[in-house]
Amino acid sequence: MALRGLGRRISIGKRCFSSASEVEKRPRDGKQINLFSAINQALHIALETDSRAYVFGEDVGFGGVFRCTTGLADRFGRNRVFNTPLCEQGIAGFAIGLAAMGNRAIAEIQFADYIYPAFDQIVNEAAKFRYRSGNQFNCGGLTIRSPYGAVGHGGHYHSQSPEAFFCHVPGLKVVIPRSPQQAKGLLLACIRDPNPVVFFEPKWLYRLAVEEVPERDYMLPLSQAEVIRQGSDITLVGWGAQLSVLERACDEAAKDGISCELIDLRTLIPWDKETVEASVRKTGRLLVSHEAPVTGGFGAEISASIAERCFLRLEAPVARICGLDTPFPLVYEPFYMPTKNKVLDAIKATVNY
Amino acid sequence: MAVSRLAPSASTLSKLLLHPVSAPPFSRPFSGTAAGDDQTVLTIETSVPFTGHKIDPPSRSVEATPKELLSFFQDMAVMRRMEIAADSLYKSKLIRGFCHLYDGQEAVAVGMEAAITQRDSIITAYRDHCTFLGRGGNLVEAFSELMGRRTGCSKGKGGSMHFYKKEAGFYGGHGIVGAQVPLGCGLAFAQKYFKDETVTFALYGDGAANQGQLFEALNISALWDLPVILVCENNHYGMGTAEWRAAKSAAYYKRGDYVPGLKVDGMDVLAVKQACKFAREHALKNGPIILEMDTYRYHGHSMSDPGSTYRTRDEITGIRQERDPIERVRKLILTHEIASASELKDIEKEIRKKVDEAIAQFKESPMPDPSELFADVYVKGYGVEMQACPGLKLSKSIK
Repeated sequence: MALRGLGRRISIGKRCFSSASEVEKRPRDGKQINLFSAINQALHIALETDSRAYVFGEDVGFGGVFRCTTGLADRFGRNRVFNTPLCEQGIAGFAIGLAAMGNRAIAEIQFADYIYPAFDQIVNEAAKFRYRSGNQFNCGGLTIRSPYGAVGHGGHYHSQSPEAFFCHVPGLKVVIPRSPQQAKGLLLACIRDPNPVVFFEPKWLYRLAVEEVPERDYMLPLSQAEVIRQGSDITLVGWGAQLSVLERACDEAAKDGISCELIDLRTLIPWDKETVEASVRKTGRLLVSHEAPVTGGFGAEISASIAERCFLRLEAPVARICGLDTPFPLVYEPFYMPTKNKVLDAIKATVNY
Repeated sequence: MAVSRLAPSASTLSKLLLHPVSAPPFSRPFSGTAAGDDQTVLTIETSVPFTGHKIDPPSRSVEATPKELLSFFQDMAVMRRMEIAADSLYKSKLIRGFCHLYDGQEAVAVGMEAAITQRDSIITAYRDHCTFLGRGGNLVEAFSELMGRRTGCSKGKGGSMHFYKKEAGFYGGHGIVGAQVPLGCGLAFAQKYFKDETVTFALYGDGAANQGQLFEALNISALWDLPVILVCENNHYGMGTAEWRAAKSAAYYKRGDYVPGLKVDGMDVLAVKQACKFAREHALKNGPIILEMDTYRYHGHSMSDPGSTYRTRDEITGIRQERDPIERVRKLILTHEIASASELKDIEKEIRKKVDEAIAQFKESPMPDPSELFADVYVKGYGVEMQACPGLKLSKSIK
């Protein structure tokens, strides 16, 4: 069927990006592993370096539906790695309480689509705890991990990107990795960050993305965007699985002589405005791309902030190539998604404005 | 009592293709076989007595006619065949996305229909293919929807987890676990206003039984005496988690505390029918009641779950041998000499043939039109511009 063929053509390639600049400087000391293995390594290290760290959620005991928690229960025991009943609100509330007592609570929400029952707990209890208690209490040890994003056939309730809802909440951090090597370092940083963090993992990349990941304990900085490709004509900003799409668009644009600078935001809030601003000052053009629907998506915040900061420098309006303003569809997924061709069209339109 | 000879006629079973498993609204479902005797009334005991929580359970002697038993057999056989066909279609990638199969649990869908009419409402979670058939859905609509074709009951936009049938009071088809229960209570709330002596059956699983929103909805329903029946289809595993690992109390029929409950053998279609009839009368007079259907699914949670990592194959085959709902009805039919074994086999063969024909038919159906992508986000005319990037045009041909 044509639709499926289209889907196959836009599916993400097997290899991910080259290593981040920080890790590039160190000698190669890693193995080629995929995203769920990298996350698994991070969790093993987190539990082994802090005896008060706990991992829990639905089905995490046997390794989890995406194998991210494999081996943890066997190694650290059922008192530290355990299953919860099917109740997201309960999981979040319970995690906040555990963190409030000084523990590192690493809670898993099985799919980001199911995070909404926990939304009240996260927004009202977790994010505001330190603030409302005048710093007497906090739940900084809280990290909520959840697979997000399209997977080719997930439909309405296994594909959503809800990051924008959480970016609207001061007190929370939202972090999204693009690759295995990034995920391990960022997740360890999130777990050890003294603020509550929501960590969204691009589920499409769990098996597809394979990269060399150092076996040791390392962290990557939060609130620091990374320029993963230098360019001079236009700045592209994205996160998670979408970066792979953006990178292929950059490659194609290069054939037309357009030099694209590609930035991985990594932390969505608090986000690294300085890096993006510096890039836009250089190129004069900005395109933001994410899977979540365009209206009210986090691209809107980036667009507005950059317009404020770089208004006179901008050569063209900020372009947003995002999901459509519909519920995440089932058969229509290839139409809904911000594909490479949509991005490429927008790059050309922006450059030729 | 004369033995009724049953000859499965082509015209009878051809109805299966385009016509619903159940009859048109306002009557009990029947398969249209003229040979079935509906005058004789048999009294059959359920497999086990009912257990009540804060209520006197109904009698375990159930009345049924031969015609009814035959229709149970036929309806459940169609459901079973459909689910098995869906399994192979999924493996050949004609069905994509998620697919949660109901085989083993057919008695709940069929028994419930026997006790109610299509003016009563049913709402369930995502294991909804057979519930849809029970509500009057036909095979073409079902398979089309599974494959995302425009002839599907939800125009191909819902898929396996989102079957609906408005005219039959079937409110779907929900992905988020437990979210359908407050909705079901809301349906009952409306029914109470309408004063039309109808009820809502809100179905959920043992996994969903631990969701907070269920207890919130139950409290409100009990407070306001809503005609809602909460039905826990307890197949003992929430995905891969056994009930005793997820619930402090796995006696789901008691979890309503102040709301009465009944535990029912969900593999016995007559027990289900009796319990639903009883619950319906109760709900109309006294407000909510919980039914716990002790049932079992042969497949895993979904097509990506082999279903054998958290339970033994012996357990699955054991249930198949001891408690299979279709086999139970087959034995009843043979014992009461309503039909012969070979006649029943012929019915099953016909059903298999018809299901295969339905599949062949829907394979030819077209996908939904691209314009449907934007349809029904809002009411037509009240929405906003749906463009995500300049110059995006949706053409009919997909490149």
